[in-house]
Amino acid sequence: MTWNEFLPLIFMGVMGLALLAYVILDGYDLGVGILLPFASEEQKDVMVSSIGPFWDANETWLVLGIGVLLIAFPLAHGIVLSALYLPVAVMLVGLILRGVSFDFRVKARAARKTLWNRLFSLGSLMAATAQGWMLGSYLTGFDYGAWSLLFSLGIALTLPTAYCMLGAGWLIMKTSDDLQLRAVIWARRVLWPMGVALVGISLATPMINRDVFDKWFAMPQIIGLLPIPVACAAAFFAIFHVLHRPNVVKAGYGWVVFAGTVLIFVLAFLGLAYSIYPYIVIDRLTVWQAAAAHESLVFIFVGVAITLPAIIVYTVFMYRVFWGKASTLSYSLADEA
Amino acid sequence: MDALILSRLQFAANISFHILFPTINIALCWFLVYFRVRHTAARGTPKAQEWEEAYFLWTKVFALSFAIGVVSGITMSFQFGTNWPGYMEKAGNIAGPLLGYEVLTAFFLEATFLGIMLFGRNRVSDRVHLVATLMVAAGTTLSAFWILSLNSWMQTPAGYEIVDGRFHATSWLAVIFNPSFPYRLVHKLLASTLTASFLIAGLSAWQLLRDTANRGTRRALTAGIVAAAIAIPLQILAGDQHGLNTLEYQPAKIAAIEGIWHTEKGAPLTLFGWPNEKEGRTDFAIQVPRLASLILAHDMDAELKGLDAFPNAHPPVAPVFWSFRVMVGMGVLMLLVAWSSAWTLWRGRRLRAKAGTTALPFSRWQLRLLTAMTFSGWVATLAGWWVTEIGRQPFLVYGLLRTADLVAVHPPAMVLSTLVAYLVVYAGLLLAYVGVLMYMAQHPAKPSAPSPQSPTAAMPVGGPA
Ligand code: HDD
Ligand code: HEM
Ligand code: HEM
Repeated sequence: MTWNEFLPLIFMGVMGLALLAYVILDGYDLGVGILLPFASEEQKDVMVSSIGPFWDANETWLVLGIGVLLIAFPLAHGIVLSALYLPVAVMLVGLILRGVSFDFRVKARAARKTLWNRLFSLGSLMAATAQGWMLGSYLTGFDYGAWSLLFSLGIALTLPTAYCMLGAGWLIMKTSDDLQLRAVIWARRVLWPMGVALVGISLATPMINRDVFDKWFAMPQIIGLLPIPVACAAAFFAIFHVLHRPNVVKAGYGWVVFAGTVLIFVLAFLGLAYSIYPYIVIDRLTVWQAAAAHESLVFIFVGVAITLPAIIVYTVFMYRVFWGKASTLSYSLADEA
Repeated sequence: MDALILSRLQFAANISFHILFPTINIALCWFLVYFRVRHTAARGTPKAQEWEEAYFLWTKVFALSFAIGVVSGITMSFQFGTNWPGYMEKAGNIAGPLLGYEVLTAFFLEATFLGIMLFGRNRVSDRVHLVATLMVAAGTTLSAFWILSLNSWMQTPAGYEIVDGRFHATSWLAVIFNPSFPYRLVHKLLASTLTASFLIAGLSAWQLLRDTANRGTRRALTAGIVAAAIAIPLQILAGDQHGLNTLEYQPAKIAAIEGIWHTEKGAPLTLFGWPNEKEGRTDFAIQVPRLASLILAHDMDAELKGLDAFPNAHPPVAPVFWSFRVMVGMGVLMLLVAWSSAWTLWRGRRLRAKAGTTALPFSRWQLRLLTAMTFSGWVATLAGWWVTEIGRQPFLVYGLLRTADLVAVHPPAMVLSTLVAYLVVYAGLLLAYVGVLMYMAQHPAKPSAPSPQSPTAAMPVGGPA
């Protein structure tokens, strides 16, 4: 493969990573948003504090994912986003409501707080559902037949549960006592629906698309691919195990829930990437057909190569700064005594 | 209405809403850096408390404005694809990398360090916190750099060739530093400074009027007025130079701005009037003979091209004509208010030194005037952008790509429905935003010492203590 052909693949990888990072990172904070109505007033504040320093940077991964689609695959960018016009609009309105409620709920007069809390959850749910729908519609190659729509609907309903799982896992790590216990209960409730739905989707995807079927169920491949479902199942039961033993959580192994869910996300992502390759718009445009001009890719590649590692470094730094249990947020400078 | 008009309206509504917040934040963040540095410098004296209170209130405003800026910006990054797929298809090779550099160098920087800047003060050292704040400020400014570079390229394209109908870059330096970019960047950064200055001064003046000032209010008010007084003459100068640059590259825009219908020598400057597009003249015009030629070409008898020189390639006149006058009008008002307030401050300082008081020297009507100007930056900024963007029509990439050829073919009803949804959300948010600003100004809660007693605090944290 020449450098000319290889560069679009690199960008496909960067885009995939950005979207994976987005789904996991914004996934947990959207999940926390969806879970908000089930918490007491005081717990709500802690929940929001736990994602306060992170949500903005988390959403930036979406901008990068969409950005790379636009930079590296301008042809696909137009096709994908025009086809997803309505769900994109729903997601955007959801993200807007959520992002602003986050700030308004503590700054507006107290009487309005309930309203902003509701908008916060509503926005999170809208965004999560719309993203599920978009994924479904993308996988069906923007087909609008009954089965395809049903498939998209299935994912639209599943993704929020998966986000709730991430959110609950996050809360288990970042909180303690009552709230942590509650998060464990929430996680137990969404675990099975999420598991069943994921299995359903995994089985449906090859049915919806003939090529995908051939890719998975051919002879040597199927053996090479086996670790994916097996690892998923292992992660699932690890989560199950921890959730049903409060002592294990108390003993500090609550992170298994989050880590296990992340692992499931990563594996699902790898599976999808394998199914889709080398298309960027399924059955229509391959990575190479959609790619931007070479000189543009080279120009931006330099930027990616320099900045992406830096971004990862300071993102890790930020997570380290806010490591440990969440505490109340304050803008104050006043502790310099 | 067809999808083209609706898509244009939708894009215009979204970007107009978005720009309100970056305009505040780009400069406000530097104000916060300033407050913070003064706070550190004054440590141990009573002044430290004043700077801290100023920092605290304006950080709240910043956090809120930033959140709205971010989410409306995320909307923008989808708009190109959802509404202008033709644009990305044809100009994606140029637009893509510029947007990409914005994401990579600016967005991650500001979004990541924002968390530390806002909430990390108790978790990192003073120096790291200062660095984080500087990173956010640098990030917002860098972001303006890249997006304005792209916008300017669409106004004055350079460094490209067209192969099979698609743009390719031949020189990235020429693309980035295209002819109108330096002017636009300077004019925009100054516009941001002015917007933040008047916001700070206006809200502080209002606090004084309502007797809800805290110890930081005086500091904030003074900083706002001084910054505005310095920035406004520079802005007028920059605007004038910007206009000359536009005359060179987009004479049709200037013809619309000035309401020059026919090419003429020694063109008059139209102060006011009613552009009458059908008849091709300005009704009820109040004109100063030859002044337009003098200002634009520095020669009383110079020939200026009129709209008739650009058949089918000039913008609608009225919106450009009016927006320009609103912007310049605001500029003149800003000059008067900022300088008169600065003069009062300066005089008051000498009086105060003599009398030994610390009261501010402003009269109530001066405070009212400043309050009235709180959002003047928004008005001028929007007006300025409308001049720029509507003045570029009917092109998207000036002289090369027509807006009408690039729109997505969506059913109008669908575009209409999303347009209405955005408008409703934006109207609600604007109301809430202004309401909450006023509420915060009236309840400038003291920066309480961070309470370690939160239900879940008290775990060891990473990072330097
Ligand atoms: C002159 C300044 C300026 C202009 C013309 C624009 N923006 Fe903007 N944008 C900013 C200045 C800015 C900013 C100052 O960097 C942000 C960060 C917070 C804020 O309030 O504005 C911002 C935020 C912001 C974000 C969120 C970034 C994050 O996650 O932190 C996105 C995705 C965009 N913008 C995208 C756009 C697009 C696609 C535009 C044009 C069509 C655009 N912006 C015009
Ligand atoms: C930030 C301040 C900006 C404002 C207030 C603004 C305002 C507007 C307005 C009012 C229009 C509609 C003009 C018309 O249809 O007659 C428009 C169109 C447009 N602008 Fe901007 N603009 C801004 C910045 C930008 C930037 C930074 C870009 C690109 C980098 C951009 C790209 C476009 C595009 C693609 C259109 C669509 C064409 C059209 O609707 O006519 N704008 N803008
Ligand atoms: C009073 C003197 C002023 C003059 C002569 C002036 C001149 C101009 C001109 C000619 C343009 C259009 C440039 C083009 O598209 O080619 C413009 C745009 C603009 N103006 Fe002004 N301006 C003035 C004051 C202001 C003030 C006070 C503000 C805001 C606080 C402002 C904000 C803007 C913005 C945001 C734009 C659009 C961005 C750009 O193209 O630079 N202007 N101005």
